[in-house]
Amino acid sequence: MLTTEERQRYRRHLQLPEIGEAGQLRLKNARVLVVGAGGLGCPVLQYLAAAGVGTLGIVDADKVDMSNLQRQILYGPADVGQPKAATAAHALRQLNPLVHTEVYNCRLMLGNVRELVAQYDVVVDGSDNFPTRYLLNDACVSLGRPLVSGAIYKFEGQVSVFNYQGGPTYRCLFPQPPAASEAPNCEATGVLGVLPGLVGTAQATETLKVLLGIGEVLVGRLWMLDALSFQSRVLKFPRRPEQAAINLDTANPADYADLCGVGISTVSAVELRELLQSGHPPFLLDVREPDEFAATHLPGATLLPLATLEKGVASIPKHHPVIVYCHSGRRSTQAIDLLQNTYGFTNLQNLEGGILAWQDTAEKVA
Amino acid sequence: MNLKIALFGIAKEIVGQPELTVTAPEGQPVHQLLEQLRTDYPALRQLSSLAVAVNNEYAEDAQPLQERDEIALIPPVSGG
Repeated sequence: MLTTEERQRYRRHLQLPEIGEAGQLRLKNARVLVVGAGGLGCPVLQYLAAAGVGTLGIVDADKVDMSNLQRQILYGPADVGQPKAATAAHALRQLNPLVHTEVYNCRLMLGNVRELVAQYDVVVDGSDNFPTRYLLNDACVSLGRPLVSGAIYKFEGQVSVFNYQGGPTYRCLFPQPPAASEAPNCEATGVLGVLPGLVGTAQATETLKVLLGIGEVLVGRLWMLDALSFQSRVLKFPRRPEQAAINLDTANPADYADLCGVGISTVSAVELRELLQSGHPPFLLDVREPDEFAATHLPGATLLPLATLEKGVASIPKHHPVIVYCHSGRRSTQAIDLLQNTYGFTNLQNLEGGILAWQDTAEKVA
Repeated sequence: MNLKIALFGIAKEIVGQPELTVTAPEGQPVHQLLEQLRTDYPALRQLSSLAVAVNNEYAEDAQPLQERDEIALIPPVSGG
């Protein structure tokens, strides 16, 4: 049953014969997991909360950065440095106190994806990297959950609903997981601020249609938008049984190697502090962008941005311990993956949690 | 025949423009067109997943191309 307050709040939904009281109750009882509370996650969460989706799970391990505010509209300057998932949940409670939020201040990993996805009816992908996208796809196949996927690049967006009612999956469209270098992220390339708004609201639309069981869901179709030309097109694609069958148990673990930590040695921020004070400090390699480096970096670190890392390989020592770091530990994992597999490095360690974790320990030390 | 190819994502960066016109023999299959493009723009070889759309439908490698087909090269994007 809807309460009197809910009837007032959702009146414009109740007026639509496609939704009505039965539909609004479905939304109230629905549980949606939103992976990534960034450019896409913000508008998705705002519209799903406003629409009365009863429970919203929010997964994000990152903290709000000043450079996020140009597009991540749940956050303001006072939130800089705060964890995104909890901050987003707080903002959503202001927007609609009738919905519940569940906060996961962690990265989606092979070790937790099954447990998380299993608790929700629909999963929305607003993540910012390929390993997470493939991991999430495979988990949704394993657990039979629809995946409302959105992705952006500079001025372009893509949206589709995978694994819904026997439709194709992400792997049917893009069978081979790309290397990290094939699609630089927003930090490296820039992105039009409003673009994730356009794409995220399309994801919210499809999520509501799936929950309500109305209309023609974007299944077997990829919606593509180019904001510069303002042309959009819809690409039809078929289910490929071999690709659609791939799930968490049958996938090649290398498809999301950096999410299960295979073959990459790590060092914690606390351990690194000790190493730096020892008589044999390691070589510190920063693989972020120059502007991030200029803002703050570890003492004595060498800058080689991930996108142009290969040009500087010769300057990385091969016979002295090297600690690679970035903002959160993801780009550095990609860097180590490249250096180990292509250039034969065996002396690399990843700073777990990146410079964020380093700053956390600084706060504790202080 | 002349083929017009719309480019997206990183494929647009590699080619350096949003659209490309190439000349190819009538009926050329998709995979041969891709091979020709990879010869002209070797960085395209590094893309492990690249969907090809012909007239807004996902095209298989062997599909023959006709004059006036609308072709698009669509790599996955990962930003969020």
